[in-house]
Amino acid sequence: MLRTRVIPVLLLRGESLVKTVRFKNPAYIGDPSNACRIFNELEVDELTFLDIRATHERREPNWRVLKEISEECFMPVSYGGGIDSVAMAEKVLKLGFEKVVVNSAAMRDPALVTAIAKAFGSQSVIVAIDVDRSFWGNQYCFSVSGTKKNRIAPVDWARRVEELGAGEILLTSVRREGTWSGFDLDLIKAVADAVNIPVIAHGGAGSVGDIGAAVRQGHASAVALGSMVVYQKKGMGVLVNFPDERQLREELGR
Amino acid sequence: MILILDYGLGNLGSIRNMLDHLNLECLISADHKDLEKAEKLILPGVGSFDTAIERIQGTPGLKELLDHKALVEKIPVLGICLGMQLLTNGSEEGQLPGLGWIPAATKRFPANGLKIPHMGWNLVRPTGDHPLTRGFADEIRFYFVHSYYVEVADPAHSLFKCHYGLDFDAAVGRDNIFGVQFHPEKSHRFGKQLLKNFGAL
Repeated sequence: MLRTRVIPVLLLRGESLVKTVRFKNPAYIGDPSNACRIFNELEVDELTFLDIRATHERREPNWRVLKEISEECFMPVSYGGGIDSVAMAEKVLKLGFEKVVVNSAAMRDPALVTAIAKAFGSQSVIVAIDVDRSFWGNQYCFSVSGTKKNRIAPVDWARRVEELGAGEILLTSVRREGTWSGFDLDLIKAVADAVNIPVIAHGGAGSVGDIGAAVRQGHASAVALGSMVVYQKKGMGVLVNFPDERQLREELGR
Repeated sequence: MILILDYGLGNLGSIRNMLDHLNLECLISADHKDLEKAEKLILPGVGSFDTAIERIQGTPGLKELLDHKALVEKIPVLGICLGMQLLTNGSEEGQLPGLGWIPAATKRFPANGLKIPHMGWNLVRPTGDHPLTRGFADEIRFYFVHSYYVEVADPAHSLFKCHYGLDFDAAVGRDNIFGVQFHPEKSHRFGKQLLKNFGAL
């Protein structure tokens, strides 16, 4: 039986780790490789790093930081941010990352997902889908760190990226991100039920109970944590941490 | 010195990182002179079965040297992921014969509703006492990513069993030749223990 993965999602801005709320107001958290060392000690299942400025600034990933991360991680690790070619994906994978995460480039050029999957296998490409509501209440997929609206519904885009060869979907609710208010379970369930590939629920986790709900009610295959793993509690100071394994076992039966 | 065989592509740095961390001397290389000096050999996983076999066979003298090191000198060999599958007679993924160092077949997971690839952390159980699988706590888990699995012909060659839809051989061994389907370099203290065991063989 596979364990339900619980994955810290860590945001890079320059050479620092930051944490946002609803994709805004990045607050300084610390040093990426130091966080990796702590997550090694905590034996987390997997790590994801997202550079939230790379696409904005039309630049490549920060290779020096990525190299440091890959040298510290004794667990599977994925990277997203600014990846817009097979060659760039290859460079990330060769550094020691298991998977690349794409969003904006896949929106512009869906064939990129297929090309990466063909070259390195579907398991090496995660498509990030950032979902927010428009003024009229419809849900759309956003790219470029939540700043560009794409007129496609999350379920439709999820089905499409599965066809294109994505191995997993990192599904983020922009409205819930950084709020500790629980996952958007309706959104997660709609997407998870529409595809056969694993859906990683992200955005809103505030408790171990929320993690369980994303899996049981939302049908997520894995759960991503942001604020919970970098702060002591809501509104409190920085503390790189991970939920207690016994609690996770009770909640997830893993 | 442990030689990590470099086929040109693949995540070899992660293996070296963990060996460095364990203070085990290692070298990533495909150079015949380095391979001749190797005291241990790691065959990492690269791409598809036929591509990897073609790369080995396409390098003049490499197959012969590998056979010599593994079967005549009998240095400890560890195949990781696809590297383990290469040790078998052949794979349903490709047409070319494997190295055939362990009598076993590589088969595709049946499509019976389970997600393929088998990806994530799964538990394994030792089939008996072996130097490669010693020193673990009660619960042993590793990180897997694979669509094909190994089935040994002789149960005595199975060292770890894992279950995903069906029972398969997660670690195999015959004399000095070993293979693991999981990624020890990405499996925290479990992977460290396994590579430490390999280093001590």
